[in-house]
Amino acid sequence: MAEITIVQAVNDALKEEMTRDDDVVVLGEDVGVNGGVFRCTADLHEMFGDDRVIDTPLSESGIIGAAIGMSLYGLKAVPEIQFSDFIWPAFDQITSELAKFRYRSGGQFTCPVVIRTPYGGGIRGGHYHSQSPEVYFTHTSGLVVVVPSDAYDAKGLLKAAIRSPDPVLFLEPKKIYRAPKMEVPDDDYVVEIGKAAVRREGTDFTITAYGAMVEVAMAACEKAAEKGWNGEVLDLRTLVPLDEESLIASVTKTGRLVTLQEAPKFCGFSSELSAIVAEKAIDVMEAPIKRVAGFDTPFPYTLEHVYMPHADRVLNAITEVMTY
Amino acid sequence: MTATEMLQIIGESGQTVGDHETDLTPDELVAMYEAMVRTRGLDERMINLQRQGRIGFYVPSTGEEAAQVGSGTVLLKDDWLYPSYRMPGTLLMRGVPLRDMIANCYGNEADNCFGRQMPVHYSFAKQNIVSISSPIGTHIIQATGTAMAQKLRGTKEITAAFFGDGGTSSNDFHSGLNFAGVWKVPCLFICSNNQWAISVPIEKQTASETLAQKAVAYGMPGVRVDGNDVLAVYKAVKEAAELARSGGGPSLLELMTYRRGPHSSSDDPTRYRGNQADEWLTRDPILRFRKYLERQDLWTDKKEKEATERIKNECNALVKEIEKLPNPTTESLFTDVYANVPPHLREQYKHLVETEGEGHEPDPDAAFPL
Ligand SMILES: Cc1ncc(C[n+]2csc(CCOP(=O)(O)OP(=O)(O)O)c2C)c(N)n1
Ligand SMILES: [Mg+2]
Repeated sequence: MAEITIVQAVNDALKEEMTRDDDVVVLGEDVGVNGGVFRCTADLHEMFGDDRVIDTPLSESGIIGAAIGMSLYGLKAVPEIQFSDFIWPAFDQITSELAKFRYRSGGQFTCPVVIRTPYGGGIRGGHYHSQSPEVYFTHTSGLVVVVPSDAYDAKGLLKAAIRSPDPVLFLEPKKIYRAPKMEVPDDDYVVEIGKAAVRREGTDFTITAYGAMVEVAMAACEKAAEKGWNGEVLDLRTLVPLDEESLIASVTKTGRLVTLQEAPKFCGFSSELSAIVAEKAIDVMEAPIKRVAGFDTPFPYTLEHVYMPHADRVLNAITEVMTY
Repeated sequence: MTATEMLQIIGESGQTVGDHETDLTPDELVAMYEAMVRTRGLDERMINLQRQGRIGFYVPSTGEEAAQVGSGTVLLKDDWLYPSYRMPGTLLMRGVPLRDMIANCYGNEADNCFGRQMPVHYSFAKQNIVSISSPIGTHIIQATGTAMAQKLRGTKEITAAFFGDGGTSSNDFHSGLNFAGVWKVPCLFICSNNQWAISVPIEKQTASETLAQKAVAYGMPGVRVDGNDVLAVYKAVKEAAELARSGGGPSLLELMTYRRGPHSSSDDPTRYRGNQADEWLTRDPILRFRKYLERQDLWTDKKEKEATERIKNECNALVKEIEKLPNPTTESLFTDVYANVPPHLREQYKHLVETEGEGHEPDPDAAFPL
């Protein structure tokens, strides 16, 4: 067992998969000698050389388009988009191409590219280094969307993603990149894609969260416990395909749901969760669903701490559902 | 000049190279030099403030002052600028108050953008300086659009877009130059080739021998200039501007320079380029121009000292005043998203103030890692 951060977990997963499979190739801006601006690809260049760890020209559509071509041919490309805020020049390649090859070719062509990209706020990066773009991609059929919330999952899910036959968008919560270290087994393991995890068992209300918001949900539950309310935290881990079963099971037990995300509220991922619960479990609900989310504004620089959901804000929502 | 030769007027030791004569008066030359010193002075102060944790982030332009000032001297008051984040010198020359630039880096109540963007992402509509955005290259095609509008309106104005060597790989570099060539618009595409895009060296950015020669494919002139030679930059930009103003269409200029410092306050270049920057310390654009002026008795140690002191004092006084000011209001989170605040945002703002008042103290652990 080693104590590692999410950055190290990502780095270890890449090293192990590149060692295991010669077809795995990493490409992106500054991923080579520099080891990535967040250090996620540190040492890879030295270990695997110029041909498998490629510093690309500054073009995101170029990075993803090239990754698609490599993967169609049989390589396993793991491109990095330096910040998810810069993914948009590649939107066409991702949504029209990457996600559609299998379907449009009747299963003849597949390109299981794994796009790694840091997302989310909490680093004083202003609008263009803080956004949470998940729903643009969860709305795109053909893409798997994964968001780990700790080092164990980051490593296990990334390894699973690299071995997956489908294209995966792997969103890394950069606020907690170097958050408290966590014990992670040294041996090879994967975390199954498509399975949520209960991080805290409770009976009174459910909070759904993913990425950096999981620790906020946990902190809010601690505060709620002081009021005698016992919350359950469901870490979604994979957004698509969603583990609906775990969601329904949890709300069936608690009868109350607070959803938590840092992305803007309107048409956010939580809206989908609310709709699913409304469709499939409205009869077990004892209070209206509450969504805690970022505001429907661009992500600010100075007032980031006002923008980002925090435990007290979640507690307010918990109080509303508990006292309904 | 061709797209592969390099225009130079002042040599490393301040001597005039070749038979280039400058049309600038002694006063203008001195003003240009002072602008370079001001740029360096502002940079040094801001880097310092960042190191002390008093501002969150900064992008130094040390070593690229000639490119900024040479271009800044040419552009006229009504021309439009789409700047990059690494050119405070040009902005100062356009008459942007130093106070407004420092205020932007503090992102507090004094900032004309209400702390909505990171430091160095300026917006100065009064000076026709278009809001800087982080995504690389996006503004290049926008500049073409503005230049087309200028052409359609029949003005004598021109537009200039500034970007780095990395920016030439962006999709919008291609669209920008392609559209501009086809439309024959009055636009200058000014690339500061500082040879690095964060850790990616120019050889990995392009296999093209020069960036200037890319102009050929877009049907416009491409000129390669010694970007550390302020008079060469001035001459090349001036000729391109005259061409554009007289209906001759766009140009691409490649200003050869070097990013002496880190990419930003969050970058550690020793990880990827050792001490390569050291050799560029001796090729300082300010030093070179100073030697040129000294040869003509236009500059002295005393003037140097006064100029450096002046910018230092100006910065210090402004920092002292701005630093005391409070954050932007919570309300400013919700304004300017649309022309009018729509009902759902009004509701979110109201709920926020009712439940949390004016917000919390900043997160002391948050720091920008790039
Ligand atoms: C579309 C996009 N991708 C990636 C980034 C991250 N990034 C910021 S600056 C930079 C390098 C830019 O290099 P260059 O264009 O040469 O300008 P310089 O910083 O050298 O002045 C990169 C990759 C970005 N801002 N935008
Ligand atoms: Mg550069």
